[in-house]
Amino acid sequence: MKGNEALAEAAIRAGCKCFFGYPITPQTELSAYMAKRMHKAGGVFLQAESEIAAINMVLGAASTGVRAMTSSSSPGLSLKSEGISYIAGSDLPAVIINVQRGGPGLGGIQPSQADYWQATRALGHGDFHLLVFAPASVQEMVDMVIKAFDRADKYRMPAMILADGLLGQMMEPVSFPEVNVNSYDKSSWCADGHKFKREHHIINSLFLKPDELQKSVYDRFERYEVIKQNETDAELYLTEDCDILLCAYGATARVVKSAVNSARNMGIKAGMFRPKTLWPYPVKEINEASKNAKELLSVEMSMGQMIDDIKLAINCSKPVHFFGRTGGVIPTPAEILEEIKKYGGAE
Amino acid sequence: MSVVFERPKSLIDIPTHYCPGCTHGIVHRILCEVLDELNIEGDTIGVCPVGCSVMAYDYFNCDMIEAPHGRAPAVATGVKRTNPDKYVFTYQGDGDLAAIGTAETVHVATRGENIVVIFINNTIYGMTGGQMAPTTIPGQVTQTTPYGRDPELAGYPVKVCEMLATLTGTALAQRVAVDTVPHVREAKKAIKKAFEYQRDKKGLCLIEVLSTCPTNWGLTPVEAIKRLQDEMIPYYPLGVYKDVTESVFAKHEGGND
Repeated sequence: MKGNEALAEAAIRAGCKCFFGYPITPQTELSAYMAKRMHKAGGVFLQAESEIAAINMVLGAASTGVRAMTSSSSPGLSLKSEGISYIAGSDLPAVIINVQRGGPGLGGIQPSQADYWQATRALGHGDFHLLVFAPASVQEMVDMVIKAFDRADKYRMPAMILADGLLGQMMEPVSFPEVNVNSYDKSSWCADGHKFKREHHIINSLFLKPDELQKSVYDRFERYEVIKQNETDAELYLTEDCDILLCAYGATARVVKSAVNSARNMGIKAGMFRPKTLWPYPVKEINEASKNAKELLSVEMSMGQMIDDIKLAINCSKPVHFFGRTGGVIPTPAEILEEIKKYGGAE
Repeated sequence: MSVVFERPKSLIDIPTHYCPGCTHGIVHRILCEVLDELNIEGDTIGVCPVGCSVMAYDYFNCDMIEAPHGRAPAVATGVKRTNPDKYVFTYQGDGDLAAIGTAETVHVATRGENIVVIFINNTIYGMTGGQMAPTTIPGQVTQTTPYGRDPELAGYPVKVCEMLATLTGTALAQRVAVDTVPHVREAKKAIKKAFEYQRDKKGLCLIEVLSTCPTNWGLTPVEAIKRLQDEMIPYYPLGVYKDVTESVFAKHEGGND
């Protein structure tokens, strides 16, 4: 199954009741799949007039307590950022998919990871975070979409799947797990009509009194602390004895893994740390993975964005090198191996 | 003794933040009278804009959602599509609806969403202190048209009812005013009709209400009403611009479902 279609099918199975989309390469198959399937699954598919409208339709649907999703690719995410900030500020659950392509501007349509900063630092104005999941296979896309819907509801916040054009377009075998959709009680806040049985509910992000706004942000950040304790996830590959620890996420991690295997065959003790959550960043996990390493090497399809989080996570206690390709160029195992030799092959 | 006049139950009994002489209060009241008369407050979800009525969610007793600037029709679409049996309305000013939210306004109508849009046209941005709105009349002085709106420099106003009347998905487009008692009654009738059309799934209903902004017009409330009558009504004639007898989708009934 194609990555983009697997994302869509997983969402439906996770109880997504409405999808609001807008065409953009390379995620278009997701919308097309939803257009075919959603109606039969008893949900709503609607092609919005813009990315901006699509995310606001998500805001409206989510306000009534319904599981809602939108998807796009990099330039579209910039347009959605206003709505995402409002969704976060209104404490609404929602799932947003970014099948990244090269940027900035209109950029290109080939795979990229240049939206890492956007996803983890600045997806809209104000103090807030999204849960950010980074799949590295079609199967993980399925698993993470299901998890994203659950955690979004659990923590009342938006969750993002940060994929890339490579994952979106690739076909792999995939199995859909039996999903037991946890139903979270939203009756204390959702705006679905009070039926004269309760006080009216207000969904908003406006607090004109500074101390009230500060309190709402403080409350949200208290929740973030709980999330940081409970929701980090990472794959540690041959890290126990590694001298050089490669760090990569998403599709890049697949290439890095082959390079690590080649290095091992040559006697170089290389390992790989692959974060599956980018926010919260797996700080404990990377410190565990790098405990014996002398050097770290971040490999990204960008000019170096995740490297910031690596340095922060290990408190700059070890040298962290960088190798990256950008604009849609995918790094090859051979060139990564050269980098490994440069930093880790000395002994 | 029988009660002949009381506060609508849908209107919460608290002081509003609106300026003296502003007509938001009248529109709030007649909208709430309609919710009461149709007994739909418990099944209604309102969407507020960004602008003077951003805090209207504190006044209406139904469930309320605050939308980003201009996006109320998109938010309302998300609500209505997932809750087709609920009543959904947006309450928007001219900057919100006819400038930053033009695309959302046009497309909520093209889709024939069963939503009521209450459009407050007072020809100015009130909340931010009186800048030129998309509906500011040529020659009108505002903070950003200090010498009067010059169409060669700042373009022409958007006539929203006239524009939406051209779209197939619009079921009702009517311009009313709240300057006199007969006009207020007319306005209430139009709003009630819009909610009835929503109930009957006829399509998008927009009621444009010509309103005053004494504060930013620099006029007394009485002078403001006079300006509405002398300058606004001639430029924005009152009346029904579109009114369908059956649903805008009637010819497609029995088609794909």
